[in-house]
Amino acid sequence: MSTYDLPNRLEPAALVIGGGIAGIQAALDIADGGFQVTLVERSASIGGRMAQLDKTFPTLDCSSCILTPKMVDVSRHPNIQLLTYSEVAKVSGQMGDFQVQIRRKPRYVDESKCRGCGLCAEACRLNGRVRGDPLTEFNAGIAKRAAIYVPFPQAVPLIYTVDPEACVYLTRGVCGKTFKCQEACTAGAIDFTQSEQLIEVNVSTIVIATGYDVFDARRKPEFGYGVYPQVITTLEFERLASASGPTAGKIRLNEHQPEKLVFIQCVGSRDLSIDLPNCSRVCCMAVAKQAHLAHDRLPGAEITVLYMDIRAFGKGFEEFYDRVRHEGVLYRRGNPSEIIRRGENLVVRAEDTLLGELVEIEADLVVLAVGMQPRREADGFAQAIKLARGEDGYFLEQHPKLQTVESSLPGVFLAGCCQGPKDIPDTVAHAKAAASAALISLAKMRGEPAILVGIGASYATN
Amino acid sequence: MLQIESRQFATTHNLFACIQCGKCTGGCPMAVKTTLNPRNLIYRLLVAGNGYDLEGREELWDCTTCATCSSRCPKLVNPMEAVIALRGAFVEKGRVHPNVKTALESTFRHGNPLSMPREERVRWASDLSIKPFGEGVEYLFFVGCTPSYDPRVQQVARSLVKLVQHANLDFGFLAEEESCCGSEIRRLGEAGLFEMIVEENQEMLKAMSVDKMFTTSPHCFNAFKNDYPQNGVQVEHYTQLLSRALENGWLKFSGRFEKTVTFHDPCYLGKHNGIYDEPRQVLTGIPGLKLVEMDRSREKSLCCEGGGGRMWLEGSNPGTRLARWRIQEALDTGAQVLATACPFCLLTLEEALKHQNAEDKLRVMDIAEIADQVL
Repeated sequence: MSTYDLPNRLEPAALVIGGGIAGIQAALDIADGGFQVTLVERSASIGGRMAQLDKTFPTLDCSSCILTPKMVDVSRHPNIQLLTYSEVAKVSGQMGDFQVQIRRKPRYVDESKCRGCGLCAEACRLNGRVRGDPLTEFNAGIAKRAAIYVPFPQAVPLIYTVDPEACVYLTRGVCGKTFKCQEACTAGAIDFTQSEQLIEVNVSTIVIATGYDVFDARRKPEFGYGVYPQVITTLEFERLASASGPTAGKIRLNEHQPEKLVFIQCVGSRDLSIDLPNCSRVCCMAVAKQAHLAHDRLPGAEITVLYMDIRAFGKGFEEFYDRVRHEGVLYRRGNPSEIIRRGENLVVRAEDTLLGELVEIEADLVVLAVGMQPRREADGFAQAIKLARGEDGYFLEQHPKLQTVESSLPGVFLAGCCQGPKDIPDTVAHAKAAASAALISLAKMRGEPAILVGIGASYATN
Repeated sequence: MLQIESRQFATTHNLFACIQCGKCTGGCPMAVKTTLNPRNLIYRLLVAGNGYDLEGREELWDCTTCATCSSRCPKLVNPMEAVIALRGAFVEKGRVHPNVKTALESTFRHGNPLSMPREERVRWASDLSIKPFGEGVEYLFFVGCTPSYDPRVQQVARSLVKLVQHANLDFGFLAEEESCCGSEIRRLGEAGLFEMIVEENQEMLKAMSVDKMFTTSPHCFNAFKNDYPQNGVQVEHYTQLLSRALENGWLKFSGRFEKTVTFHDPCYLGKHNGIYDEPRQVLTGIPGLKLVEMDRSREKSLCCEGGGGRMWLEGSNPGTRLARWRIQEALDTGAQVLATACPFCLLTLEEALKHQNAEDKLRVMDIAEIADQVL
């Protein structure tokens, strides 16, 4: 008898909260271990931050090329119930018997009918006019979409969603004589009568993989983010550099090809003045990678990185940092104090601390290496179940060295950046560790050795 | 030799927290034109062992205490306060510029740093029928030294009185009994005299049962709010009071001010106290007025170079006062009026305007003066 044939009710199951790379990996591992998993993702697609990235450091693998197969595996795995556009509303109970209430937000699109063709978005009267929130939007606010959308073409599930903050009908109660999207949809999937639904699942263990918030660079007003269009974040740069992004991988700002680029490290990291004391651990290498991409795609461009310290501690990181400098990227030590406008261009004002002199570096593109911060939205259920947070705001592990996936609550495990900033390899390793811890407790609850099925098998091809 | 115990100093002033990132110096408006380098100064104090000689470090007197360094430091070090404390070493030995000596002595003797007699403190208000502050009066109007004595800034105080009277607010002042708040005294490094001033003013506020007060100057406002020990008195800058008066409908403007105006954020309102919106709320509440912003505004505002005792000290590079650059920035916006809300800013900017020969293109006015014109 295969594990899949066991009736659900009798089987201990897991809940994974968050569908980024951490949640995806944890869900796949637990499911491969033979247990039922419910994966809940707040946004319209799984994939998380990793899906937004162009290349990954230091190997320069295409991020979505290595992520997409895993996303597809999640959607096809017989042991995984995927609930996107859903939020955990309430958790009660204890290890072995958690009752979880999940709020399924209305997509206003029938999931069983939508084929993901996109005719609705083409027809939407706001097509090309909705920018969304740069901090959460897939294209980081540098491209506009319709009020009905999939976050990106490889979205899982490939089902359209109506943006309730943008849709003319949902915000103003009327969209004209007829619904353009409804008329365009040949599958009859658009359904404005949908409403929020609450569903309950019963699980034995929970893996939290809620990730991080990107630092809002407007909190450093001296850099003029949101004021100067030439000042962007590293996340926006990823979307500019991505071949599948709005500029098809061309690094352009309003049709202008930048010639003088300045990257600024540690924006929203290591900064007590805004209560973000931690190093975000990824920005040094993210900038090195982006400087490399800029060098690659903008021949002749002057590329300067302004930094306080370079932290290239991971496997292959220092070698990559060496490589980028060899390419001619100029690293200058100094934490810039402000950006001001001078004519058409911007001037980054800093002290080059090695020269001991004030310098003004002209730039037509400034990239702020925005750090990670604890997710604010995770507060709700975390407080409800009294999940401890550390002083830095991230979920607190049982032991900083020996038990980094165990949370303050038995049966609740932490995976990835919800416990603290991590890069992708560390996140995946952490998620696998969380899955392992969850599997141990699930196996114990079943009271018999777990029947292992298909570890590493790809369900996408089954 | 002007030796200080640098180890103790570094500990007291949290200098060991410094990671030498250079953010302080990169934004320091004086570092652009003098040898003042807060980051380098901190490093020298840290590596000096236990003795650091301040001899020849005249650039310490260049600091305008604008708080750009302290407001941006990622490690919560306060280079500005370190500079103020180092000035103290000069003051202790009596090694100060004659102008500083005069300001300190005058404050000690006459209750103002301007060498003016106490009796003349109230002359500006002789025709305004302001009642003396007493029991039961709602607000104390703390006028300040420069608005009391400087003929140009007296106009601001007069306008402010008219505005507050128009808003029907119950207020009084201390007349000849008012003494310097000590803000600049503290920043010139005279900690002892400042302590004395605080004690006397605290006693006075207590004896008069002051609950609420407002000031003309952001410097007085900041001193009472942040330098004085907590005393339960609610202190506001006048732009906060006027903004509230407008919001609540106590103050109404009947005239129009058909001019384009740009606003220069005083350091002691903005960077020191985060008050950026209220002055702008008053300006945009004036009918006809069009507000435009300079590139360097709010948190990025360029200091006028009038703070930290610099009203009475030229500093090591007198040639290019920051106020002159500021005038140019204001001219670049195309504004007809450069508004501010600080006596020192008003004076330094107006002087720079004359120097630039741009008086036909731009006027420098205090917000209170503009508002008074549309009553």
